[in-house]
Amino acid sequence: MATATFRVWRGDAKGGKFQDFVMEVAPGMVVLDAIHEIQSSQANDLAVRWNCKAGKCGSCSAEINGMPKLMCMTRLSQLPLEKPITVEPMRSFPLVKDLVTDVSWNFRVKEQIKPFRPRKPDAPDGTWRMDQKDVDRVQEFRKCIECFLCQDVCHVLRNHHLYDQFIGPRFFVYAAALEMHPLDVEDRLKDLRKTQGIGFCNITKCCTKVCPESIHITDNAIIPLKERVVDQFYDPLKKLFRVFQGDK
Amino acid sequence: MPEIDVPLERVGFGSTSRSDFWWVAPLVVFLGLGAFVVYATWAGLQGDYYRFGPYLSPFYSPELFGSAHAWFGPKPGWWPAWLIWSPAILILWAPGGFRVTCYYYRGAYYKAFWADPPSCTVGEPRKYYRGEHSFPLIWQNIHRYFLYLGIFFIGDLAYDAWNGFWFNGHFGVGVGSLVLLVNVILLSGYTFGCHSLRHLVGGVLDRLSRSPARKKVYDCVSCLNARHMTWAWCSLFWVAFSDVYIRLCAMGVWHDWRIF
Ligand code: SF4
Ligand code: SF4
Ligand code: FES
Ligand code: FES
Repeated sequence: MATATFRVWRGDAKGGKFQDFVMEVAPGMVVLDAIHEIQSSQANDLAVRWNCKAGKCGSCSAEINGMPKLMCMTRLSQLPLEKPITVEPMRSFPLVKDLVTDVSWNFRVKEQIKPFRPRKPDAPDGTWRMDQKDVDRVQEFRKCIECFLCQDVCHVLRNHHLYDQFIGPRFFVYAAALEMHPLDVEDRLKDLRKTQGIGFCNITKCCTKVCPESIHITDNAIIPLKERVVDQFYDPLKKLFRVFQGDK
Repeated sequence: MPEIDVPLERVGFGSTSRSDFWWVAPLVVFLGLGAFVVYATWAGLQGDYYRFGPYLSPFYSPELFGSAHAWFGPKPGWWPAWLIWSPAILILWAPGGFRVTCYYYRGAYYKAFWADPPSCTVGEPRKYYRGEHSFPLIWQNIHRYFLYLGIFFIGDLAYDAWNGFWFNGHFGVGVGSLVLLVNVILLSGYTFGCHSLRHLVGGVLDRLSRSPARKKVYDCVSCLNARHMTWAWCSLFWVAFSDVYIRLCAMGVWHDWRIF
């Protein structure tokens, strides 16, 4: 069996440092297996959050060799084991302990987004009719497991700390799922431009790169929302068109 | 908007835990775009060697004023004597603006030229950040207007490509004809995969199924859009190559081979 070195972040909100753990690795192992092994044999107090070990709960987010990834979905065979593997907590959220961060800011942000508001029912029995083609587009966004890896990597949060002005890629995906829903009639564009800061996104696509659900965050959610914001607030021809339509 | 409760530490420029060659991609973009801008500026300012037989360099098309073939005649008399003259100056701003405001290129050059960020999870040089939220980059939202011009240019370059098959009134095929044909195909793939076009043709609607024709167009644009980066680079390379090809033929360095 091969051996590998795991350089794991140990610490809490006050500070911390990397600690090396050398262990034997077996074929088919993922990083979360290694962390569990370290926890059971070398550092019983190592804090790690996980739940499903199947890439579906979004709990085991961390930074492996500097890139945001799910620990349970990162196979050791994908990593260069001849060098130490660094495993750190997500750097964009406050640290609780070791690999566990406090992601509750995200849940508070979510509360700011106007909820689903359907149009009047299509049928007298209070039900609606939707075409599959129209829901296909938002279906992609519903794959989100709220791992917040995209929030972690986004430089607007990570480097510029605009937590009070920018909701981050996860919530642009969420807003897009509502905004493009064929039944929804709520208008979120003003919020997206003003208080939720879609203009801060400079479409550098790191969020798309790290999404474990392969959601095309930038191309299918953020850019289409940016275009809707342009329609509403920046395009003079569209504005003129609306005046003639008597829209506003 | 809720603020985060713990002040976080800001990482310094270039600092990262990444162990891969993260700097390669931005460096390639820097060199590729930089080389293109330098060459296009040089070629656009030459004002010469842009026609050869039935071929017209895409950097000079449409030729509004200039040679005997220009749309509106020779160099206008009102052009200030102190200002450098080239027919390309009158038109290159439009395709240039289209590329500069393109969503793909924006993301690419913010990284490669402005290190904002240099690469994912790599520390940035500046603390202050406005993104595209306010002046000046809020002007990137003008992109759809450049798209309208870009579509006009596709029509114009298609006409040039067609002319490239007619040698003194006879149909023929030279290597240059094929170069111009490939040029218009690649530029069409790029232009018709534009994110703004995708929005305008159908993305703006939540219930596209009620407009089946628009849905079809939306699907086609989405299909091109999925490879927008590839189209962007191929068309960028080829448009410069088309100019090089015609320029070297016109200078007598290369010989245009007639296939038939
Ligand atoms: S594309 Fe936008 S939202 Fe995504 S990581 Fe980059 S700046 Fe953040
Ligand atoms: S969009 Fe992707 S990366 Fe972001 S929270 Fe959802 S699943 Fe995670
Ligand atoms: S443990 Fe659930 S996603 Fe990794
Ligand atoms: S987004 Fe690239 S050309 Fe419009």
